Amino acid sequence: MIAFWILAPIMVAAALGLLFARKAVHAALALAVVMISLAVLYAVQDAPFLFAVQIIVYTGAILMLFLFVLMLVGVDASDSIIETIRGQRVASILVGLAFAALLVLGVAQVSFGTVIGLDGANDGGNVPAIAEILFTRYVFAFELTSALLITAALGAMVLAHRERLTPKLTQGDLAAQRMRDYAASGKHPGPLPPPGVFARHNAVDTPALLPDGTAAPGSISRVLAARGTVKSAPEIAEDIKALTGEDSTTTGAANTDAGGQA
Amino acid sequence: MSPTPFIVLSAILFTIGSLGVLTRRNAIVVFMSVELMLNASNLALVTFSRANGNLEGQIAAFFVMVVAAAEVVVGLAIIMTIFRTRRSASVDDASLLKY
Repeated sequence: MIAFWILAPIMVAAALGLLFARKAVHAALALAVVMISLAVLYAVQDAPFLFAVQIIVYTGAILMLFLFVLMLVGVDASDSIIETIRGQRVASILVGLAFAALLVLGVAQVSFGTVIGLDGANDGGNVPAIAEILFTRYVFAFELTSALLITAALGAMVLAHRERLTPKLTQGDLAAQRMRDYAASGKHPGPLPPPGVFARHNAVDTPALLPDGTAAPGSISRVLAARGTVKSAPEIAEDIKALTGEDSTTTGAANTDAGGQA
Repeated sequence: MSPTPFIVLSAILFTIGSLGVLTRRNAIVVFMSVELMLNASNLALVTFSRANGNLEGQIAAFFVMVVAAAEVVVGLAIIMTIFRTRRSASVDDASLLKY
């Protein structure tokens, strides 16, 4: 009883977090909170087997699968706010609230009678009791789930498989391609400049500086640039001023110069 | 304890999940909302199992979990395939059949 009243607000808040989170990773973490709280509610309601299955299957396997796919698709893939159908959001919120009112009012008016409880059914332990029902009355459904799981595994393998349509590029092919690019467009054939070269900080989020003081765009990972965590040249210049503690005319001039070009 | 609070919580979670399916555009978040709805129905099943004093509800919840696991595997594979061809995980971008 106490567990319910502690966990119910947490679960509703986490579910709302799933609804309103801007980033998909935050939504996944909110869903993890809901699932673990649900597992505790199962344990409270005399279902220790489902408690373990909920944590192992849902939180352990399914949610980790979600996070894997999120990482593959890209963490910065956030939701767009543009509506495809005009007024869809308002309409769906209204329908959702009406649905919630219908469900809650309907449930509140029903009386469920006396609660029998699972003490009798769980007499020889919850897991043996479930196993007895599962392997006698529901054994055919249980066999069918094995067919379902095999089909799902095969389907995932077929869907995720990609035929190679072009021959694999060898190191020689890549080198020849680089030289062709250099001849055609003048693209530098060497490796990209590493971050932090000629800059004040030797860190991955600091772009390398070109001889004229501008930042080299190729030196920063695209992912960092998409997340917006790249330090700009004026910011670094301010940092230098703070570090050295001097405000002489030469460094000041250099700072404004770098800031103007960045 | 009366089953009503559990059922009401299950109804609220189900509604939030359905709202997520209706309003969110990211396919993965839509999928998570579907999982939330499945979990909410599981909570109702377990609660009714306790109220009625037999384990059939827990068996049903167990089967729901198995089916959800299979569904997630195939669904995420489909999302991956769409993302690979269209470079987008938005449910609005996969609309070629409309034209």
